[in-house]
Amino acid sequence: MTHVSQTLSSSAPLAPLTLPARRPRLALPALLLLAFVAVPLVGNDYWLGAILVPFLILSLAGLGLNLLTGYAGQTSLGSGGFMAVGAFATFGFVVHGGLPLPVAVFLAGLVTAGAGLLFGLPSDRIKGFYLMVSSLAAQFFFEWLFQKFPWFYNYGSSGTIALPRFEIFGLNAGSALGRYYVTLAVVAVLTWIAANLVRSQTGRSFMAIRDMDTAAAVIGIPVYRTKVLAFAVSSFYLGIAGALWAFVYLGSASVQSFGISRSFQVLFIIIIGGMGSISGNFIGAAFISLLPLAIDYTAQYFFAGHVDAGLLQNTQKAIFGVLIIWFLIKEPDGLARLFRNLGERLSNWPLRF
Amino acid sequence: MKRLVLTALLAAGVAATALAPPSAHADGKEQYVPLPTYRVGPYASSGTLWWAGTLDYFRYINEVEGGINGVKLKIEEFETEWSPDRTVEVYERVKNGKDGAPVAFFFTHGTPASYALIEKGAADKIPLIDPAGGRTESTDGTVFPYAFPLLFNYFSQASVGINYIAQKEGGFDKLKGKKIVTVYHDSAYGRETQAAVNLLAKKYGFENFQIPVADPGNEQSPQWRQVREIKPDWVFLRTWGVSTPVAIKTAQRFGIPADRIIGDVWAGSEADVIPAGTAAKGYQALAPYPGGPNFEIHDRLRKAILDTGKSDLKDKKFFGAVYYNIGLINAVLAVEALRAGQAKFGNRPLNGEEGRWGFEHLTIDDARLKEIGFQGLLQPIKLTPADHEGGGAARIQQWDGEKWVLVTDWIQADRDTLRPLIEAKAAAYAKEHSITPRSPTAEN
Repeated sequence: MTHVSQTLSSSAPLAPLTLPARRPRLALPALLLLAFVAVPLVGNDYWLGAILVPFLILSLAGLGLNLLTGYAGQTSLGSGGFMAVGAFATFGFVVHGGLPLPVAVFLAGLVTAGAGLLFGLPSDRIKGFYLMVSSLAAQFFFEWLFQKFPWFYNYGSSGTIALPRFEIFGLNAGSALGRYYVTLAVVAVLTWIAANLVRSQTGRSFMAIRDMDTAAAVIGIPVYRTKVLAFAVSSFYLGIAGALWAFVYLGSASVQSFGISRSFQVLFIIIIGGMGSISGNFIGAAFISLLPLAIDYTAQYFFAGHVDAGLLQNTQKAIFGVLIIWFLIKEPDGLARLFRNLGERLSNWPLRF
Repeated sequence: MKRLVLTALLAAGVAATALAPPSAHADGKEQYVPLPTYRVGPYASSGTLWWAGTLDYFRYINEVEGGINGVKLKIEEFETEWSPDRTVEVYERVKNGKDGAPVAFFFTHGTPASYALIEKGAADKIPLIDPAGGRTESTDGTVFPYAFPLLFNYFSQASVGINYIAQKEGGFDKLKGKKIVTVYHDSAYGRETQAAVNLLAKKYGFENFQIPVADPGNEQSPQWRQVREIKPDWVFLRTWGVSTPVAIKTAQRFGIPADRIIGDVWAGSEADVIPAGTAAKGYQALAPYPGGPNFEIHDRLRKAILDTGKSDLKDKKFFGAVYYNIGLINAVLAVEALRAGQAKFGNRPLNGEEGRWGFEHLTIDDARLKEIGFQGLLQPIKLTPADHEGGGAARIQQWDGEKWVLVTDWIQADRDTLRPLIEAKAAAYAKEHSITPRSPTAEN
C-alpha cells in the first residue's frame, strides 16, 4: 500500500513527518513465483485441488466484497446470492447459448454486475445496517429464483447444475493442476486490477464516500453513481468467484452451495482479514478455509480414537470460534494489519528504538 | 512476543498438516474405510445415530468376526456438516488410501455430495455409495460405472408410495381420478421423484399435485391450506429434517388425517414423529430401513458390542432406532460387497476398481440374510453392472404413538415401468458428457 492511501485511511490529523524509505519491492514477484512455479512442483493433487483452489476462490469472493464494504463502505450480506448469479449465468451461457466456458464466465460476471447494480439502487437512501438488511433481499431472491424456474438449471430433475468436461479453448484443464492454474491466473489478474482500481480516482472516490459521504458530495464526487458503481464492480468479482466455485472447484452446484452461510463466510473473511485491504482477503480466506482443516488434522492426529468423535468435532468448532474472537480483540483491524505491524517490527529488528 | 509465539504455533500447525502423520504401518491386510460424517450442524441429531449404527457393525465385523476373511477395516471419520464442499475436500484427502490401505468405496452420505463427486469418482475409479439417495439416473451402471444409488432410488420411492396407496384402495384400477398430493422439500432430494410420479399419474390416471416447502420448512400454513383446498385422497410427504414434524402438525390443524399421509424414507424416523406428538399417531412411512431393536442382528450386537461398552451409541434407548438401523444396513451392504469382491480377487484389501466389481456383483438372498441376521430388516438385493440399485422395495411402518409398527411385508417398486425413464436420462447425460456407455456383457 502506498503512503498516500495510508494517510487517507488512517485518521491521523498530521501528515507524517518523514517519508518512509522506499525498500525494493521483492515480496510480490517472489509470491507470484512461489504460486506459479514452486507450489505446483511441491503440491500434490489433494493440496492443489482441494485446498488451494477453494482458498483462492474464496479470496476472490472476499476481494469482491471488500471492494464494496471495505473500500466503499456499503455493507452487504448478498455475496452468496451474487455468487449464485455468476454460477447459474455461466451455466446458462454454456448450455442455452453454446458459448465456450471462458467467454461464458466473463459474460456471467457482467450479468452479475448488472444484478449488483440493481440491488445497489437502494443505497441512495439506505445506509449501514439497514442497507445490509436490504441486501439480504438479494440473497433470498436469487436463492428463490434459481430454484423456482427450471430453465435456470436446464430442467434437470434435481436443480443441480453441472457442466460437461472442464475445457479451456479445447484443452482439458480437468486435472487438479489445470484447475489450480486456471484459478490462480484469474485470481492474479483480477487482484491486479483491483489493486490498481483502489489507487485510481474511482478507488479514492470509494474511500471518500466510506469515510464521509456528505464531505465526498461537497468536494464534487457523484456519491450515488459511485455507490452503484461499487456494487457493480463488487458483484462482478463475486460472480466470477461463484462461477469458479461451481465449475472449477466443485464441478457442480445448486443454490445450497450459495446460501446465506456463504454470505456470512465471505463477510467473515474480510472482517478477519482486514477491511480495506487487498492482502487481507487472502489472509482472511486462509484463516477461514485452512485453519479448520489444520485443527481437524491436528485433532485427528492426536485424539482420533481416544476421544468421542462428536465431542471432538464440536470442540474443534469451539476452538475455531475462540481463535476468531481472540484475533479480533488483539487486532480489530484484521490480520492484514497484524502482519503489517509484524513486518514493520521485523524490518527494524533487532534495534527497535 | 506473544504474537510471535502464536504465529509460530500456527505455522507449526500448518506444517503438521503438510506432513503425513506417521502411524503403525499396515501389514497390507487392512481395508481403509473413510466416512464423511455430520455430528455437527443442523442434521447432527440423525447423523449421530447413523454413524453409531455403521461403526457398531464395522466393530462387530472387526472384533467378533476378525475382519472380512481376515481383512480388518480401518475406519476414519471426517466431519462435513452435511456440506458438499467439505465432502469434496474429504474425498480428495482420502481417495488414495492411507498407509498402504486402499479405498474400495466412498459413502457420500448425502445427495448433493453425490452430485458434486460423480465425475471425480468416475475419473479416480472410486465407487460412490449413496443408499436410498444419490442421482437417480446413475442406476444405469452402463453410463455411471462408479455411482451407486443403492437399495432404493428416488423413483422407486415414488413407485412404492403409489403401489401402497393402490393396495389400500383395493387395486390399481381404483386409483383413477384419485387426488394424490406430494408435499416436498424444495431441494435436489425433494424434486427427484417428480418425473416418476408424473409418469405413474399418466399410467394410472390419478391427479398429481406437487407442493414445495422451502428449506428449512418451519412454517407451512400456506402449503397445507392449499392441500386442504385440493381435498386429497392421499398425501405423499417428502420432507427432511425439521420440515417433517411441522408438516404433520400443520396437516392436523388443517384437518388432514395422519393415516392418509405417507412419509418417504427420510421422513420416517423417530426424530420425525416424536416432536409432532399425538398428531403423528397413525402416520405411515416407507421403510427400506425398518425401525425396531428386535431383529436377529440386534441380539448379536447387543451381546458383542452394546453390553461390552464398545458401542458408539451415547444413549442406549436409541438402539434399534430407524437411523441406527440405517447405519447398520449401509454397513452390511458395504461388507457384503467387499466379500463379493474378495471372492473374485482373493482375500485381501480391494482398490476402487475391485470394489466396484464387488458392488456390481453384490447378491444377498434370503438364506444369506438369515445367516448374517438381517432377515426382515434388509430386503433381498441383487445388483448387476447395468443395475446399480438392486433392491427397490420397502416395507411400510406406522407410528402408533410410541413406536414404529411394521404393517406390510416388502412392497416392490414398479421398476420395469420406470427403467426407460432412467435410461433416457442416463443417455442424455452420456450425450452431454460424451461418454460411451460400456457394455457389461463384454467385460469379464
